[in-house]
Amino acid sequence: MFDGMLLGLETAFTLQNMLFAALGCFIGTIIGMLPGLGPMSVVAIMIPVSLQIGDPSTTLILLAGVYYGAIFGGSTSSILINAPGEAAVVATAFDGYPMAQKGQAGKALTIAAISSFSGGTIGVVLLMFFAPALANFAILFWSAEYFALVLVGLSAISAFAGKGKVLKALMMTLLGLMLATVGESSLFHAPRFTLGIMDLQSGINFVTLAMGLFAVPEAFFLAIDKIRGKKGSSKKSQEISNLRINLKEAKAIMPVIARQSVQGFLIGVMPGTGATIASFLGYAVERNLASPEEREEFGKGSIKGLAAPETANNAASTGSFVPLLTLGIPGSGTTAVLLGAFIALNLQPGPQLMQDRPEVFWSIIMSMYFGNIVLLVLNLPLVPYIARLLSIPRSFLIPFVLFFAMAGAYIGQNNATELLLLLGFGVLAIIFRFADYPLPPLLIGFVLGQMFEDNLGRAMRNANGIQFIWERPMTLTLIISAAIFILVPLIRDWLTNKRK
Amino acid sequence: MKKLAKLFAATLASVTISLGSLSAVEINKIHFLIPGGAGGGWDGTARGTGEALTKAGLIGTATYENMSGGGGGKAIGYLIENSMSNHGTLMVNSTPIVIRSLTKVFPQNFRDLTLIAGTIGDYAALVVPANSPYKNFKDLVSAYKKNPEKVAIGGGSVPGSMDHLVPAMAFKAAGADPKKVKYIPFDAGGKAMAGLLSGEIDALSTGFSEAVSMANSGKVRIIAVTSEKRVDAAPNAPTLIEQGYDVTFVNWRGFFAAPDLPSNMRKAYIEVLGKMYKTPEWETVRARNGWVNIHNPGDKFMVFLAEQEKVIGNLMRELGFL
Repeated sequence: MFDGMLLGLETAFTLQNMLFAALGCFIGTIIGMLPGLGPMSVVAIMIPVSLQIGDPSTTLILLAGVYYGAIFGGSTSSILINAPGEAAVVATAFDGYPMAQKGQAGKALTIAAISSFSGGTIGVVLLMFFAPALANFAILFWSAEYFALVLVGLSAISAFAGKGKVLKALMMTLLGLMLATVGESSLFHAPRFTLGIMDLQSGINFVTLAMGLFAVPEAFFLAIDKIRGKKGSSKKSQEISNLRINLKEAKAIMPVIARQSVQGFLIGVMPGTGATIASFLGYAVERNLASPEEREEFGKGSIKGLAAPETANNAASTGSFVPLLTLGIPGSGTTAVLLGAFIALNLQPGPQLMQDRPEVFWSIIMSMYFGNIVLLVLNLPLVPYIARLLSIPRSFLIPFVLFFAMAGAYIGQNNATELLLLLGFGVLAIIFRFADYPLPPLLIGFVLGQMFEDNLGRAMRNANGIQFIWERPMTLTLIISAAIFILVPLIRDWLTNKRK
Repeated sequence: MKKLAKLFAATLASVTISLGSLSAVEINKIHFLIPGGAGGGWDGTARGTGEALTKAGLIGTATYENMSGGGGGKAIGYLIENSMSNHGTLMVNSTPIVIRSLTKVFPQNFRDLTLIAGTIGDYAALVVPANSPYKNFKDLVSAYKKNPEKVAIGGGSVPGSMDHLVPAMAFKAAGADPKKVKYIPFDAGGKAMAGLLSGEIDALSTGFSEAVSMANSGKVRIIAVTSEKRVDAAPNAPTLIEQGYDVTFVNWRGFFAAPDLPSNMRKAYIEVLGKMYKTPEWETVRARNGWVNIHNPGDKFMVFLAEQEKVIGNLMRELGFL
């Protein structure tokens, strides 16, 4: 194994491969910042170009760089303008955007960059030493367990169920789950709830919903606050672009990063979960582990709440290479596209790859160390400039946010109906905001809804009923922990409210 | 004045020539209409075909338009409604156009379009884990006949789609009840493969090329292929026919044009796609994607689709999907 690692080091750290790793990271970050083009589309776009290189290691190093670069870049729009362009960075907006609103955009971007870097790097260490051993872990779960895991992920909603909002948060989650059932599911052969509209047949597009719920109302309230004479968060640009983190903050996020790197990685290893659920689980777990005062901060600009999902989603993306490289199973859409690149290069990912082509196997892994450093070096100096975006006058910022939202909804689908849907969701979201309903639970419900339904449906079909819940110990354990995660915070809040 | 007359004569002549050559138009530009988003199978087929055609110099330019919606239905509707202005357009589609017309998800069917050619295809395959007790399809059939509930078969698509119909067809050919297939749908092939290795499902029904790449990893074995003869890419994978079950199935991908396309243009499209197969540029694209050349040009395409519609329709009626 060490021979392989050395060979990988040798291959990865040639000037050519280092340049291509850096190039991939750069392209990935830049395109990843745009909404609507998630890692999967970016990698798919880059494959024909990268196949021209000729050398398989270099091609795959470039593509891997594009992949984690895109994940890295995705957090920017979440933090700055509350516009998550991809499901895996929804949780990043929960605390990243409130921080930006408080004038701490620079700090938020820095924490996101450091968390991503740490999650990615620790993920690579785990990948390097445990990839072969984890192959069996990757095929441990059945649909029943995935269903239970989704329930645990749903418990992230409790962060938005504070003071008198418990019922509202639950209602929003249900609405999200309901929206996820629109269109054809993977379980039945018929379109549902499409109102006869053909554009709804493939379901509601995530980016359209996310932009409509988060970014559009943001633009509206930016405009309305001015009319209402409210002073916005127009802090001095010096503060906005300040990226300094003090020692106390560093101490606070360190254990979060350590835990979430491992947890996120393990969740990423299992095919059928991926970065999205890793980020929600990370958020939920860290909220439960935080002290009562810190817990209050979650959803309002907690640095822990930002570090947790950012670490977890990057670690999970690295983890998703385990089933791909060791079993040849793509666990996510992006790794499925990457599998296509392997096959085009006449490489078969799987147990033999490590023996037959060790230089390819190990150089991909080794290049990830370098790639993560490139990403950090690339991003940190840019933070002050990117953050300063928020100090531009509202009359320019509002059209920019709207343009961003519309571009996100339109790109990838090439369907103008998405713009109407965007507007519809936007109006709905504005009404919900006026009525003080929390919107994140809706998006959590929507994002997890399809996994929820698919896995439950499969498990029930396979068992001919719901007895899998008590017949499979792992499922039962996960469901009980989900129940604890959801109920305990609610009961705790209820008790504290009563005492007052 | 003489000059003008000459020019006039020349113009007239060229008009006559172009009228005369109505039976042999040159296709220089193709606009590919893709009924799904970027990165999918249809997208890859259209862009790969366009790439091969332009690089080989068979056409000058290829443009692409992704029009997702209605699982492909929106693009079909668009092509029919705007037929007159879309003579330069080719739409990519595949087996689901047959299935979705049968289930009435699409109000139209392939007869409402001009058929150009089926260009590539993929056989179907049944896969079991390497250490499975089922050594061949016969073992699977006898287990199924004993207790169909004990044989969970997974696939990467919804019930009633190809991955479900293929094992149903095979069991039916073996004299078992196809209605009892315990089909577990996954939303992607990779997840179905994970389900196979984790023991959640006993066998996996999937596309042949995907099955080959899985079998190459050494974790699974192909026990049945729906081709007529064994395929070179996997010489060890037995066909259903050689095991004594008369079942063949091809999941095709091909191109359609607007309903009122002039016959000479149709001929030109068919020719240009036919010429593509001999070019090294196509071979590069084909190999890169692991596609199998299954060429059904023009009227052969109609015969093929009508036959597929009949077989699938009968089976779906029997299974209760229609």
